[in-house]
Amino acid sequence: MVKKLTPLGVLIRLVFLLIAMYVLFPFALVVINVFRSANDIVANPVSMAGMSVTKLHTNLVSVINNSNFSFWSAFMTSAVVTILSLVLLALFGGMAAWVICRNKTKWSTFIYMTFIASMIIPFQVVMLPLISTFRDVGQFLGINMLQSFPGIIFAYLGFGGAMTVFILTGFIKTVPYELEEAASIDGCSPERIYFNVILPLLKPPIVTVTILNGMWIWNDYLLPSLMLGHNGKVKTLPVAVQAFVGSYVKQWDLILTAALLAIIPMIILFLFAQKQIMGGLVDGAIKS
Amino acid sequence: MSSNKSAQAVASIVVLLAGLASIIGALIIDLMRFELPFRGGLLVLGILLFFTGLYFIPTEKHHKTIINIIFLFPLLFCFAVTVIIPFGLGLFYSTTDWNGIRMTGFVGLRNYTEMFKDPSFLWSLIITVVFVIINMIVVNVVGLALAVLCTSKIRAVGFFRAAYFIPNLIGGIVLGYIWQFIFNNVVLKWTLDAFNYNSSMLSRYNTAFMAIVLVYVWQYAGYIMMIYITGLTTVPKDVIEAAAIDGATAVQTFFKIKLPMIASTITICTFLTLQSAFKQFDVNMSLTNGTGSVQNFMGQYLSNGTQMLALNIYNTAITKNNYAMGQAKAVLFFIILSIVSIAQVRISNKREVEM
Repeated sequence: MVKKLTPLGVLIRLVFLLIAMYVLFPFALVVINVFRSANDIVANPVSMAGMSVTKLHTNLVSVINNSNFSFWSAFMTSAVVTILSLVLLALFGGMAAWVICRNKTKWSTFIYMTFIASMIIPFQVVMLPLISTFRDVGQFLGINMLQSFPGIIFAYLGFGGAMTVFILTGFIKTVPYELEEAASIDGCSPERIYFNVILPLLKPPIVTVTILNGMWIWNDYLLPSLMLGHNGKVKTLPVAVQAFVGSYVKQWDLILTAALLAIIPMIILFLFAQKQIMGGLVDGAIKS
Repeated sequence: MSSNKSAQAVASIVVLLAGLASIIGALIIDLMRFELPFRGGLLVLGILLFFTGLYFIPTEKHHKTIINIIFLFPLLFCFAVTVIIPFGLGLFYSTTDWNGIRMTGFVGLRNYTEMFKDPSFLWSLIITVVFVIINMIVVNVVGLALAVLCTSKIRAVGFFRAAYFIPNLIGGIVLGYIWQFIFNNVVLKWTLDAFNYNSSMLSRYNTAFMAIVLVYVWQYAGYIMMIYITGLTTVPKDVIEAAAIDGATAVQTFFKIKLPMIASTITICTFLTLQSAFKQFDVNMSLTNGTGSVQNFMGQYLSNGTQMLALNIYNTAITKNNYAMGQAKAVLFFIILSIVSIAQVRISNKREVEM
């Protein structure tokens, strides 16, 4: 059966295409202009004139080696902070959610309610005291909490905890308790019940929280900019972009190259895990 | 067997006590202000030893409790130190003359009364509210329209969904700079060629405000679209077929059947857009950094025409170094946000019950 293309069908396809062009236009502009020199870009930003691979090479070299940006170091910092935070959030979040869910005491309800209530607290209210607390406590204890990996991962565990526990408790509630009772009768200790029986079942919600937290931590700007600073050695990608742009006011060839470098990791990840990412973000939104 | 158990008991107690001893030792070093470099490591080691010892204590009766404590402690500790304590301190500092490092005295509610005498803060408050309302409507309408479009049966719809979703993957800072380039170069060139108008959209507050809305919708609509798609696909097919048999047009089916059936999705999406628009910071900072001149507001000239609340708080504290005032504004920000959120949850619950 061959469907005839009605005028309406043509119109709908045209609308699709126009919106896609509007949505993707900024990205196309970035990709084109990283092949061009600053003068060409300013003369005509939407043009292919003067595109050359050598220009891309010089742009890339000067951006990657720039001391304000230092792409590889920023990329590695972002990757390490994001991955460690995600692993620890899934581990500690699952453990805490399980204890909260399987103990119906006043304490567990109170802890759960505190987590839920804290989700409404905007970062702006806690950011200033947070920095001063981390600085003072760090100085007192001799552990550098600002400008350090452990400090920022610690902070992400604190800020991501509530949402992680919320989504995971929602799931653990649906796991039949009989499973745990059976394991317990067989002489299984509580920690083994969690790691051998419950944790394997938690894979889907852990994927969801990992995507939600991952997108947030990778793209987060305010927390790392306050904790790590723009001039420190440890910088995440968004902070590095900000520091770089601050040092090159109108050098659009370099700024757009830096933007491209900051975008690429996420786009590559999206190409491989498109279904999971879109599904995870939607799931998280519907549950919370 | 029993000697084995008692050996384990002794060993675990020893480890536990060693842990306690190193915690106390580290704290004593801290309190005596000896700047020994290993004191931080000693403390961490002490905590680890303490919990290891606790874990291996051979007790049938209390083992469950011990596991509960060990399982809860890491996350709860991080949460308390990064959220609860700073939150309490923040409420406290907002009534003092805190300068980010120390405070010398209380000022009562003076920070709160002072901020309302500042026209630039009131301006931020007003444009934030306007921004939130405009965005809630526009993002939801655009998102829903895209969702309807993307649930139609055409080929390559998956590609378009993914394409519309892409802006949402990238952080606001990077997006803001890309769009700054577009407004200051591309759009400027277009307006120059077409109307001979040689001034960037970002230089005047009203057009700059529109620019922020445009970027925000561009970034967020794809995400909201995905949630609406999920909602729309849960509408049962037989209901739609029944409506079609009864002679309902596509428009009627949409407004009379689909829309009421995705009421809960609409609630979620308005909540999400409200929250995120209210907290908008990254794009605001990188696109305009709050600039834009306002000729006359309450008899004053303002240079922060596009500065929304979150950015205003940041600039008050970090740029102007007025921490106590920034903190007081942040507390107000929190109060507004909680009132709006609670009101919204109440209203939507009531509406869903009625339906």
